[in-house]
Amino acid sequence: MTPLRISIAASVASVLLILVVLELIRSRRLRERYALLWLATGVVLLVLSAWRGGLNTIAGWVGVTGYPPAVLFAVATLFILVVLLHYSTVISRLSDQNSILAQRVALLEERVRPKGEAPD
Amino acid sequence: MPERRGIAIVPAYREERAIGGVIAEIRDADLDLDVVVVDDGSSDGTAAAAHAAGAAVVRLPFNLGIGGAVQTGFKYALEHGYHLAVRLDGDGQHLPGELPKLIAPVLAGEADIVVGSRFAEGGDDYRPPLARRLGIGLFARIVSLLVRQRVTDTTSGFQALNRRGIRLFAADYPHDYPEVEATVMVVKHQLRLLEVPVRMREREHGRSSITALRSLYYVVKVLLALFVGLFRRYAVPLEER
Repeated sequence: MTPLRISIAASVASVLLILVVLELIRSRRLRERYALLWLATGVVLLVLSAWRGGLNTIAGWVGVTGYPPAVLFAVATLFILVVLLHYSTVISRLSDQNSILAQRVALLEERVRPKGEAPD
Repeated sequence: MPERRGIAIVPAYREERAIGGVIAEIRDADLDLDVVVVDDGSSDGTAAAAHAAGAAVVRLPFNLGIGGAVQTGFKYALEHGYHLAVRLDGDGQHLPGELPKLIAPVLAGEADIVVGSRFAEGGDDYRPPLARRLGIGLFARIVSLLVRQRVTDTTSGFQALNRRGIRLFAADYPHDYPEVEATVMVVKHQLRLLEVPVRMREREHGRSSITALRSLYYVVKVLLALFVGLFRRYAVPLEER
């Protein structure tokens, strides 16, 4: 069984994560679409931390017999990986869009530059 | 038949010293080609030198790498209604005197894209360093398999394209080290690819964009792109409306 103190500490940490994310959304420093994954992470961790029987059951399913809280780490790690991968796709898209914009700017500059004037 | 205006696309990054000569050589080849230089965010006087030599200059606000620069040239060609584009590197390694060999099959309607190869039968007796030769040979073999057509020089940026080719590359062009993927892309889009033997010049100024340190990244990146490309759906480009 998950020790009670681990359960409490992990629950507090999860709640803090959720609160921080909500605050970032409220102050418009984080867009909702990027916050959803973080909120999901916080909620799942909170559920697993607080619901001790559930964590034990899941630990049993995946063969973790000695120390059920290890499942918490595993789940947290998995979510972080998903978030990071998601960010890689976001960066890729941004850099594609960035290239397209740079090309557009260069082509438009060529168009508006008076004939015979040197590019700067 | 549409008019046959042609343009030479010259991507250049820090080629202040070479670019003027390249443009002059293109003019001297007397092929009635306009010239656009795409300055890939150079910090030197590349853009000014190209302008002084009489080329149209498209200056990227920052360095995009060769793929992004070349694609800018294709977009320019597309938007200005060119029906023929040739691509030469800004460092002078591609000889404008060889251009007629590339252009002829395009004008004759035999191919949508013609690539100048240093290794094809009757081309240069060019012998690059062993590591590069192995890399080029490996890609040539893989690409030949993928496109079911013999390709000997997948890294050549010396090309001529018709309007269909221009439209494809303006819409979609691979990023860094683009030529290998582009070759496969062309065939998957059902454009006709032709290789012709050409001579090239040893570099005068500057070095290849492929340095020793980057070559591993180069090989891995291109292999990954080719592999993933196998599972990508390709659209057949729209005909001119």
